[in-house]
Amino acid sequence: MSSDIDPMAEIRASFFIECEELLEALQDSLQTMDDGEGDGETINIVFRAVHSIKGGAGAFGLEDLVRFAHRYETVLDEVRAGRFDVTPEAMKVFFQAADHLSDLVRISRDGDAMPDDKTAELLVALDAFLPDSAGDEDDAPEEDIDFQPMGLSLDLDLGEAGSDDAPAFDISDLPPPPPMPGPSAGAFVITFTPTAELFETGNEPALLLRNLMELGQGTVVCDTSNVPDLAGLTPEIPHLSWKITLDADVEQSEIASIFEFVDGLCQLTITEEGAEAPVAAPETPPAASIDAAPPPVVEDEAPPPPPQEPAPADPAPADPAPKPAAGATKPAAGGGPAAAAKSVVRVDLDRIERLVNLVGELVINQAMLSQSLERSGLSPHSDAMNGLEEFQRLTRDIQDSVMMIRAQPVKSLFQRMSRIVREASSAVGKDVRLHTFGESTEVDKTVIERLADPLTHMIRNAVDHGLESREDRIAAGKPPQGSVNLTAAHRSGRVVIEVSDDGSGINRPKVLQIAIDKGLIPPDSQLSDSEIDNLLFLPGFSTATVVSDLSGRGVGMDVVRTAIQALGGRITTTSNPGEGTSFSISLPLTLAVLDGMVVDVAGETLVLPLNLVIETLTLQDSDVEMVRPGNYVIEVRSGFVPLFDLGAAMGYRDPLDGFGDAVVLLIALEDGGRAALLIDNILDQRQVVIKGLDDSFYRASGIAAATILGDGQIALILDPSDIINSSGSMPQTGAAPAIQTAGATA
Amino acid sequence: MSDDTKPATIELLTFRLAEQEYSLDIMSVREIRGWTHATPLPHAPRYMKGVINLRGTVLPVMDLAERLGLPPREQSDRNVIIVVKHEDIMTGLLVDAVSDIVALTSDDLQPPPELTSAAAAGVVSALTLIEERMIRVLDLPATIDVPESTAA
Repeated sequence: MSSDIDPMAEIRASFFIECEELLEALQDSLQTMDDGEGDGETINIVFRAVHSIKGGAGAFGLEDLVRFAHRYETVLDEVRAGRFDVTPEAMKVFFQAADHLSDLVRISRDGDAMPDDKTAELLVALDAFLPDSAGDEDDAPEEDIDFQPMGLSLDLDLGEAGSDDAPAFDISDLPPPPPMPGPSAGAFVITFTPTAELFETGNEPALLLRNLMELGQGTVVCDTSNVPDLAGLTPEIPHLSWKITLDADVEQSEIASIFEFVDGLCQLTITEEGAEAPVAAPETPPAASIDAAPPPVVEDEAPPPPPQEPAPADPAPADPAPKPAAGATKPAAGGGPAAAAKSVVRVDLDRIERLVNLVGELVINQAMLSQSLERSGLSPHSDAMNGLEEFQRLTRDIQDSVMMIRAQPVKSLFQRMSRIVREASSAVGKDVRLHTFGESTEVDKTVIERLADPLTHMIRNAVDHGLESREDRIAAGKPPQGSVNLTAAHRSGRVVIEVSDDGSGINRPKVLQIAIDKGLIPPDSQLSDSEIDNLLFLPGFSTATVVSDLSGRGVGMDVVRTAIQALGGRITTTSNPGEGTSFSISLPLTLAVLDGMVVDVAGETLVLPLNLVIETLTLQDSDVEMVRPGNYVIEVRSGFVPLFDLGAAMGYRDPLDGFGDAVVLLIALEDGGRAALLIDNILDQRQVVIKGLDDSFYRASGIAAATILGDGQIALILDPSDIINSSGSMPQTGAAPAIQTAGATA
Repeated sequence: MSDDTKPATIELLTFRLAEQEYSLDIMSVREIRGWTHATPLPHAPRYMKGVINLRGTVLPVMDLAERLGLPPREQSDRNVIIVVKHEDIMTGLLVDAVSDIVALTSDDLQPPPELTSAAAAGVVSALTLIEERMIRVLDLPATIDVPESTAA
């Protein structure tokens, strides 16, 4: 959003951002309707979302988008007016139309080719719900108010005016204005000639004119005489002026206030005509002419705000619907989304990124300062030390707040998935319903973005491979409609996202056979159930006997796993034959900070995620039992926990012989198990800033990331589950090291 | 460098590695730092010395002599880390000592003979003579990209 970008492009960009929000609201409400929980307001939200997209699209000349949205909206209006009962089939079409609408928005944004076939097909489906050419009269004019004028202004911008016959723009195109309650009284003649600055600040003449017409009855005449031919046309410079004759029972100041935001950006005259002006407030001179220089009138309140603050600044083209609502003439029709009540600021992600990085530096800096103050031998009760404590607390608060900025509910992600389910299920001819839980779970934005692809793949897999065909389901005594559950929840400092289906479960004999056929494992392999399930994650594994266009393109769960691992997450699967399969992704909450336990191992400083440390113990030799050479367990509260020598596992030193007086951290593992990590010493417990290790350079197993300590040294942040998996000696998982490693290097 | 008609001028940073002289195009060099303790990465290839803190970012450091298969030698205080940047990836290269900056034209560069050492194959892109000393010009992408076989 830097200022050297073309302002129109900026407004355009913010329109598309807005569209995303509207589409989200649209999906949301459709879902509510589909769940049978909708009320009158729900359909209103649906209608308004489509309506607002249409309005904005008109302002940018996105004809295809406008056309489709208009027809969609017409059908929705029937529903809204109660003339049409929504059937499940209609719901399906509505969803498809919403999906298509979001496609069109995306295509319009990227400037790709329009899928006209699909549009036509859906329009036919939509029109089928309309009563034969009836029932259009009521609301049609009102719709035109919102959409036609914008289309017009655009035709001109796009340079159709280049042709000699003046653009198709006559007053009859303008909608009949809404009837005024009172008798028409004053008559005003307004001439309005925008200057280039008006466009630069993102104002839209059509909106001004529309607002103006809401004051009363009148006519608008466009003067196109200044429009140059196409070659000479500069789209940034307005070539039009308008003359408006307005019959309205209003003060002149009220008319002037419409143009308040473009004050100084246009030439404006407002003349009051006709002696019969009834009210004529005494101070208003008859036939007063605020000539070309309105600034004196409203100078103080003419702040065309800078474009990088979208919320207040561009109510114009990007946000056409809410504006008339502010005009308060017809609250029901043109109103903005109800959710607009929540005040929101849009910020460039780069800025947040920068803030996050700065806070990271602050934390490191604060740690360095603490260390040097401690070394200086100050009394812990001195002012400096007290101040430092306060500083630490503030740093932490700031950090938490900054992290919260980045956190977003997974809802938008889940909504995309419900579309995937719809598309995937119709592609393979299955009846599938997606149930989502925990949509409000908040996750770092980066995580959400990078989760979309793997999740899509998993959902498709669930629909394509996980669920049985309708006949098979009925034969198995299950409901014909398959269901896929998508769940998000916070669990012990991580986010767990689960995709489960109620299908037939993983067909283990088949999976095993395929793996053998493909030479992924030796033919005589004896694998446990969970090891077979893990075969799914091998590169190039695909169980679909028929390669559908949906999944089975040769990329498989190994791609999903790689993507999840890149996010610092892990994926596990459980499956019960006949009951279904469930994939569970566990992810870090944020990619930026971590509460860590700083430990010393063989002279190296390492950091362990604090939330994984259950307790710390000091060992006696007698606590340790050898299972077999090199494999030890310790007894903790009448349970045996495998013991890992971290120094040896990291390759820092040879395995220890005795364990007397060694310090052990009891660690919670991803799969719910526990392990004991042998370390030399605990140094500290503090918040550390995560610095990613460049994966493309070298990916160390067992290392999640790195951080910078107070002394400026780098310490590695460990991923205990990964270390233990890669050391391959987990007693309870049994030994299948060959597979484990093959999967890990995928 | 391949323009035959008009020899391009290039500047090389020369440095010593196990009694041999090497050089890198100075345009890829970001800075030169004194040796600091690198945090070792577990199970890393031998030439990976570990990572160091470069003003808040984690910089991987590679021992160039190990990478090129040169004989091991004692670490000394004169050892320096040359920070290079290639396609937005910063890497530290540990060398024995930096010697000089020399300006040459591409005419002065000669193609290297077929190299026998596998570790160094393709890494030396040219040879040149300066004051009777032979200087090997390193191909930076080849030098730092090779270890990718172990990466994801």
